[in-house]
Amino acid sequence: MKFTLSWLREHLETSATLDQITTTLSSIGLEVEGVEDRAAALASFRIAQVVEAVQHPNADRLRALKVDGGDGKLLSVVCGAPNARAGMKGVLALPGAFIPGTGITLKKGEIRGVASEAMMLSAREMGLGDDHSGIVDLPADAPLGQSYVQYAGLDDPIIEIAVTPNRGDALSVRGVARDLAAAGLGTLKPWGAEPVKPAYPAPLAWEIADPRACRWVLGRAVRGLKNGPSPQWLRDRLTAIGLRPISALVDVTNWFTFDLGRPLHVFDVAKVKGKTLTMRMAREGEELVALNGKTYALTAEDGVIADAAGAEALGGVVGGEPSGCDETTTECFIECALFDPVRIALSGRRHAVHTDARARFERGVDPALMPVALEAATRMIIALCGGEASAVSEAGAEPAWRRSASLRFERLAGLGGAEVAADEAVGILERLGFAVEARDAAQVTVAVPSWRNDIAGSGALTQAPGLSPERAAKAAEGCAAIEPEADLVEEVLRIRGLDTIAPVSLPVASPVPTAALSARQARAALARRVLAARGMQDCVTYGFLDQATAVLFGETPETLRVANPIAADLDQMRPTPVVSLLMAAARNAARGYPAVALSELGGAYRGTGLDGQLQVAAGVRTGETPRNWAAPARAVDAFDAKGDALAVLTALGVPMAALSVTADAPGFYHPGRSGVVRQGPKTVLATFGEVHPHVAAQLDIAGPAVAFEVFLDAVPEPKRRKKSAPELSTLQPLRRDFAFLVDAGIAAEAVLRAARGAERAMIADVALFDRYAGDKLPEGKVSLAIEVTLQPREATLTDAEIEAVAAKIVAAVTKATGASLRA
Amino acid sequence: MSADDLQALRADTEAAIATAADLRTLDAVRVAVLGRNGTLTGLLKGLGAVAPELRKERGAAVNRVKAVIEAALDARRAVLEAASLDTRLAAERVDVTLPPRPQAPGTAAEGGIHPISRTIEELTAIFGAMGFAVVEGPDIESDWHNFGALNIPDHHPARQDQDTFYLPGRDAEGHQIVLRTQTSPLQVRTMLGQEPPIRIIAPGRTWRADHDATHSPMFHQVEGLVIDRGITLAHLKGCLVDFLRSFFGISDLPVRFRASYFPFTEPSMEVDIGWNRKTGELGKGSDWLEILGSGMVHAKVLANAGLDPREWQGFAFGMGIERITMLKHGMNDLRPFYEADLRWLKHYAADPLAPPSLAEGI
Repeated sequence: MKFTLSWLREHLETSATLDQITTTLSSIGLEVEGVEDRAAALASFRIAQVVEAVQHPNADRLRALKVDGGDGKLLSVVCGAPNARAGMKGVLALPGAFIPGTGITLKKGEIRGVASEAMMLSAREMGLGDDHSGIVDLPADAPLGQSYVQYAGLDDPIIEIAVTPNRGDALSVRGVARDLAAAGLGTLKPWGAEPVKPAYPAPLAWEIADPRACRWVLGRAVRGLKNGPSPQWLRDRLTAIGLRPISALVDVTNWFTFDLGRPLHVFDVAKVKGKTLTMRMAREGEELVALNGKTYALTAEDGVIADAAGAEALGGVVGGEPSGCDETTTECFIECALFDPVRIALSGRRHAVHTDARARFERGVDPALMPVALEAATRMIIALCGGEASAVSEAGAEPAWRRSASLRFERLAGLGGAEVAADEAVGILERLGFAVEARDAAQVTVAVPSWRNDIAGSGALTQAPGLSPERAAKAAEGCAAIEPEADLVEEVLRIRGLDTIAPVSLPVASPVPTAALSARQARAALARRVLAARGMQDCVTYGFLDQATAVLFGETPETLRVANPIAADLDQMRPTPVVSLLMAAARNAARGYPAVALSELGGAYRGTGLDGQLQVAAGVRTGETPRNWAAPARAVDAFDAKGDALAVLTALGVPMAALSVTADAPGFYHPGRSGVVRQGPKTVLATFGEVHPHVAAQLDIAGPAVAFEVFLDAVPEPKRRKKSAPELSTLQPLRRDFAFLVDAGIAAEAVLRAARGAERAMIADVALFDRYAGDKLPEGKVSLAIEVTLQPREATLTDAEIEAVAAKIVAAVTKATGASLRA
Repeated sequence: MSADDLQALRADTEAAIATAADLRTLDAVRVAVLGRNGTLTGLLKGLGAVAPELRKERGAAVNRVKAVIEAALDARRAVLEAASLDTRLAAERVDVTLPPRPQAPGTAAEGGIHPISRTIEELTAIFGAMGFAVVEGPDIESDWHNFGALNIPDHHPARQDQDTFYLPGRDAEGHQIVLRTQTSPLQVRTMLGQEPPIRIIAPGRTWRADHDATHSPMFHQVEGLVIDRGITLAHLKGCLVDFLRSFFGISDLPVRFRASYFPFTEPSMEVDIGWNRKTGELGKGSDWLEILGSGMVHAKVLANAGLDPREWQGFAFGMGIERITMLKHGMNDLRPFYEADLRWLKHYAADPLAPPSLAEGI
């Protein structure tokens, strides 16, 4: 909200500087967003008089003026304004002055042969509105030579504050003044309006047909008025805060909106059909042509003000065009109503109307202010437009708004951590408008002022459905007891300034803190580091993407499609982070970096429930490995991805021997070059493989691309039992190589597992060191060579024992895989 | 050629297409019928010789058959190409049970930790030292956890449609499903999941329908919650001052607290740190920079989660992880955080072998 310093001073008696005022506003919760000091830009402009105005000798549309700037010297000014005439007073700019409206610095010149030594300014040239029909025409009594800024009252800084949603009362200059006065920056001036004697019966009656549409409404007419432009001071005020002056009647309503936070509306009585204005709910499809020029199709949830012809206003949000006031209006009817904040908020949102009235009604206006505000508005209209007032018509009744709240003084320290004397606390509350009802040494009970609907309010709880009834009831009872008091603590603390509270470090919970991360969280952090240590770049990518790409990577159910996407390519929750990383790899390739290794710990979304949102460590590698003299570059392949996945699982404590790999990976992988890492038949820990060439082509990835995903939620928590002591045998281990000829379809894993299991007590390790397939072997056969490490336990092995173990190994492998030992 | 002959040509060609076993055979069929000297091409060429009164009808009939045959060729080609790819992929099969290489094609020196991940690790280390535990929750949330339980009713401005991403459908309790707009639902989930005392932080992804140079539709926040007996606003101030000075490594960093409003805290306050607007230097100069929101947990939020506000009280705060990361490292553009541009990642990444630790310095 914007206001000017002089406007504020109409409500606040203060000697505080602008700086003190803005600093205090920000401190007490009315954050200053900007201060605009227009005087600075206009400081050099002076009031001058046109002494002579003659036709320019060489130009039909120009005049040659002689202007007195106040020092008696006559300046020659060439001017195109049609209203320039001898004797008039206006605003003069001298060479060197910056003209805000044109962005030009003025220079002496010559226009068609006549010297122009200065410039007479229009309102637009000064940046004071749109008027460029002529130069500014000041009254004859304007003091020659005076600063225009001072004369026009423009030495009046404009302050803009951000008002939080709870503070409807601070959307008014008076409300801001009250807060500042409470904070010690002066005193709030008294304000009121004597009733206007009615001269005739009200021409229009109110009817509340539906209490949802309105709870209480007052109105009164003024007849015999003349609606023209507002006086300058009012137009200046409104212009200063960014409003366009329209006519005296409309400007009065805007004045009250900002001065008191009391939105008003004026109907032109002559244009209202019938004798009754009705507060009712709109009929479905009923239309309103509003004052902002737009037409709204109303719903049965919108409250309207209707005459015999239909809806004339979306109550509390925007008025209607047909019954609005204009320069022909001679009798107006002032509406002063109380609307339901929630309904106003929803109506405003539904129709996307943002008005100053809505902003105030949805936060809540002061119900007690209505009668006196109507009197004040009536007085102001009669003062500006003449005429006489009717009797007041009314419907509904003032709602019960009176509430009390209590503050135990010890809570200022107990909740707020602030040592505040009771008198100081009570003083702040009183200056804010709270009235003391009772007070003792321990606590005070105050009446809440009518404009503070945020204090001790009645907002409902929405308690968790799973709570036991006793627990829910006790918590609700506690809330009812504590909340109003917390409201008061907040008032006292914010007005005192939170900076006055001395910080206290949190008490130490235990001398040595326990681990901040759960075992699962620590595993995730470790997984991220393991991948980065394998040369991958940890990434953060969007969790949603376009459905057409997402579907290449898994199911894309409707339930995971954003109903209101911000862009068409961000509408589907991703089935796996692999897709995001591959898209990133494609972007990098397009920039000239085809070889990347990217990883991410992020969500894979399979459903909207907790079990449908998986935490996945995923990675992709594309292109070739780095060129190096010792290790030639090669295309990345499925085993790189497998290595990444297994490295993560190993780091997370998954025993490798318990894992198996099956070839049924998801469809975005190459079907022959991908695998699923399983623990037991059901638990899938990871997938890996080459990206399906079709999918890679769709993502514009040209070269080799591999990927993996590790499902961190599926990884079992490692057992935290003590390790047994290692067997550190003094006996030398023996290593024996075996080469088996197996069908090409036999999994190497089967050979390794059979060999490991042949004589568990003695076999310490089995490693595959060679795989050969070629024309030296029979068709459809491969050779797998393994190295078996034998660790004797009690004594060095004899040749016979070694032979026996070797035979067992060969037998086990042959039995499991049909292999034969190569000669 | 008669109409019957034309139909026979069609039938024969369709049969030939259906039985073509590979792309080469299929192409031979195409050439024989539609090629330069193909049978159907010949018929089209021969239309000139047909009597003018029959030409139009005859031409239309031939073109109809041509269209049918072309469609059949396309359909069969798609099938054969898919089969060919399948054959190729089957031939490319490798034994994926083979053990991977002992060495990854990269080294720790090349890889790195994303600045967001790094900041979360730093937050964890600092708050961990103050006795906080880390909690996590779902990105796809109910609007009760995200709004209702936090004292943000349906009509509240914070719930404007344009800020919240909605998913279709409702959860088991009839609540709308949203992408969480803040990490604050973790306040609720934590209070429902454990008895006080509570000291948690909740770093995580958050989502808002806002996309420009300074807003990303997905970003990160960290929530903090302390619930205990006798926790006051002075502790909130102490905790945040301690954190900010440790995180930014400036032991005398100016920290300012201003009254504000959030639906889920009371009293509420915004926190500024001192900096120099011109140079961006933190801790120096006379300007203030808003950095986070905080307050004492609102009685309604406690009661919504089943805690009696007469018994328990505490504070909560929330801050943008990207924001504090950018400030700490002097970064000026939000967008590259999510781009995965290798050059940016390598420039800003942290060493995976040096995770933040208070022992080694953060």
